[in-house]
Amino acid sequence: MTLRNLMTTAAALSALAAPALADINIGASISETGPAAFLGDPEAKTLRMEVEKINAEGGINGEKINLIIYDDGGDANKAKTFATRLVEDDEVVAVIGGTTTGTTMAMVPVFEDAEIPFISLAGAVDIIEPVKTFTFKTPHTDRMACEKIFADMKAQGFTKVGMISGSDGFGKSMQAQCKGVAEASGVEIVADEVYGPQDADMTPQLTNIKGSGAQAILNSGMGQGPAVVTRNHKQLAIEAPLYQSHGVASKQFIELAGAQAAEGVRLPAAALLVADQLPDDDAQKPVVIAYRDAYQAATGEDVSTFGGHAHDALAILKAAIERADSTDPVAIRDQIEATKDFVGTAGNVTYSPEDHLGLTLDAFKMLVIKDGDWTIAQ
Amino acid sequence: MRLGPKSTTLLVLAALIALTPVFFPSSFYYRVGSLIFINGLAVTGMVILIGYAGQISLGHAGFAGIGAYSCALMPVHWGVPVLLAAVLGALISAALAWLVGRPILRLKGYYLAVATLGFGILVYMVLMNEAWLTGGPDGTAVPDSGLRDMAKAIGINLKNSEFWYWFCGIVLTIGAWLALNLHDSPTGRALRALHGSEIAARTVGVDVAKYKLQAFVISAVYASVAGSLVALQNQFVTPDIAGYMHSIEWVTMTVLGGAGSVLGAIFGAGILTLLPQVLTRFAEYEQLLLGLIMMLVMIFMRDGLLPQVLRLIRGKDQ
Repeated sequence: MTLRNLMTTAAALSALAAPALADINIGASISETGPAAFLGDPEAKTLRMEVEKINAEGGINGEKINLIIYDDGGDANKAKTFATRLVEDDEVVAVIGGTTTGTTMAMVPVFEDAEIPFISLAGAVDIIEPVKTFTFKTPHTDRMACEKIFADMKAQGFTKVGMISGSDGFGKSMQAQCKGVAEASGVEIVADEVYGPQDADMTPQLTNIKGSGAQAILNSGMGQGPAVVTRNHKQLAIEAPLYQSHGVASKQFIELAGAQAAEGVRLPAAALLVADQLPDDDAQKPVVIAYRDAYQAATGEDVSTFGGHAHDALAILKAAIERADSTDPVAIRDQIEATKDFVGTAGNVTYSPEDHLGLTLDAFKMLVIKDGDWTIAQ
Repeated sequence: MRLGPKSTTLLVLAALIALTPVFFPSSFYYRVGSLIFINGLAVTGMVILIGYAGQISLGHAGFAGIGAYSCALMPVHWGVPVLLAAVLGALISAALAWLVGRPILRLKGYYLAVATLGFGILVYMVLMNEAWLTGGPDGTAVPDSGLRDMAKAIGINLKNSEFWYWFCGIVLTIGAWLALNLHDSPTGRALRALHGSEIAARTVGVDVAKYKLQAFVISAVYASVAGSLVALQNQFVTPDIAGYMHSIEWVTMTVLGGAGSVLGAIFGAGILTLLPQVLTRFAEYEQLLLGLIMMLVMIFMRDGLLPQVLRLIRGKDQ
């Protein structure tokens, strides 16, 4: 009896939340809380901000967007439940989200079954390889980061690389990808060390790498681990230069590591971080500056590339719905796949039936940290 | 005809499972229903451990992790059929529970809680770190169980969420039936006796350590099967399933609904599974509300929500 009451209460509540018929329902399942909150929080804030802006400007083809965001807390099982809810109950025409690879992969079958287009904000290459009809993604893959870093190393004459990786999802995935592309990139991994994401000292691992004859060191990881590696790298006065990944591309990293220790660290990142330093003829410049200023004005926080991925996903979706001139999910999917030369915060996106990532290596800029700030490496 | 309490419980449960879909506005609710049943199954195992035997485990999600990853890994690595993998997972869980429980349950007090806490975290860490086998934090795919196709072959053609609603509902009913039978069996009586007083139970010849171990192993099998069901339904599994918070959630569900009653505990599972869905607009306050409910239930309804409510209803004629 009571169970039934609860069920009907739940139904009534969701009925209350239901929008007017003419609206376009766009869903999102984001990890606003939990271990991936530092990714999910700027994503959700960006989506809310952008949808408000689009609606204030008259919506898409004259129809307002009704954005439905659920917080999956980084839990794959919850994400799958919310995915089902978005499809069955909220009747969305498209979904953005999946902050982490785990939540994304759990949701993919739901949207593929229901034939609803889905733009993921997670990193791993598995999401779009092999290509799934309704699944796209906006962030660079970790494999691209590896290729970009190795290309930069080779250009500087380093071919022996010492790797040190975090044992969290990001670090592990990138470690595997880098090892996979090392040979093709013409570098050799001479040391392969691992640390726990909460470890406070990485000197033993770095000492091993120092003794391995590595000419350059690559740290795949995110969160506080890379900051510790950067400090230890300085303390041990290791000559081999340190490369970080795109996982540290936020100001917090420089603050945590200290400007002095971070001096000279190189990393691949999206143009968003160095918006002001882009040449004036760069097509990305107006896009990234507009997003950065809007985000900072709306939230009072520093912009991060993660929110940028949500910005790109929504912009791609909006353009696709406009071109499709319909809210039929399959028509929208076809138009997403037809996206060509879209300029977003992550780079130039051109999807095709074989490529649901749409980015090339040019999308990454090689940055070097100077005087506590990012600069574009020459 | 007058029904015994066991048949009444089973009938109420079966009726709820069979009739609630009438009120479902969309097939999303089948998904929520199946999650309630899965949690209900794990919690039924907890009733045997907490309610019957009076022991506490803070690591049962570890067994769910073993059940889930058995379904994911065995078919891929050793070519074991998925359903057989679920059974093997349950056996592995039982064996591990026996190994962990045997030395500890000879002791009195809360040693089991601490040991299971450690066990759960160990399983979680192995699933996170042994990426070559488990896929690491990004999780791994689970092969299709083929159950839905089997149902199709005998003429039952259901949507995915509907199929799992009915399948999990049937498994839960069987699980509840077994737990209720255990309650009235000699083992159940021995468990309840040692729950009341270990010394008194020992005096009348109950092998306290043996029965506690039995309850622990049985509840581990329930958790393992629940984990397998999650894996089979989602066809994807991440280490979160073995996370510490899931163990705590199950204990909370059990105590909230009423640790001594199978139906009460399933009721608790229902509330706590629905709550996050109802409260999506207040997601930040979910934990706060959960804590508050727990405190109020502990202070005012120590037997749990359902038994207390039933007592209030019956209060006058008793």
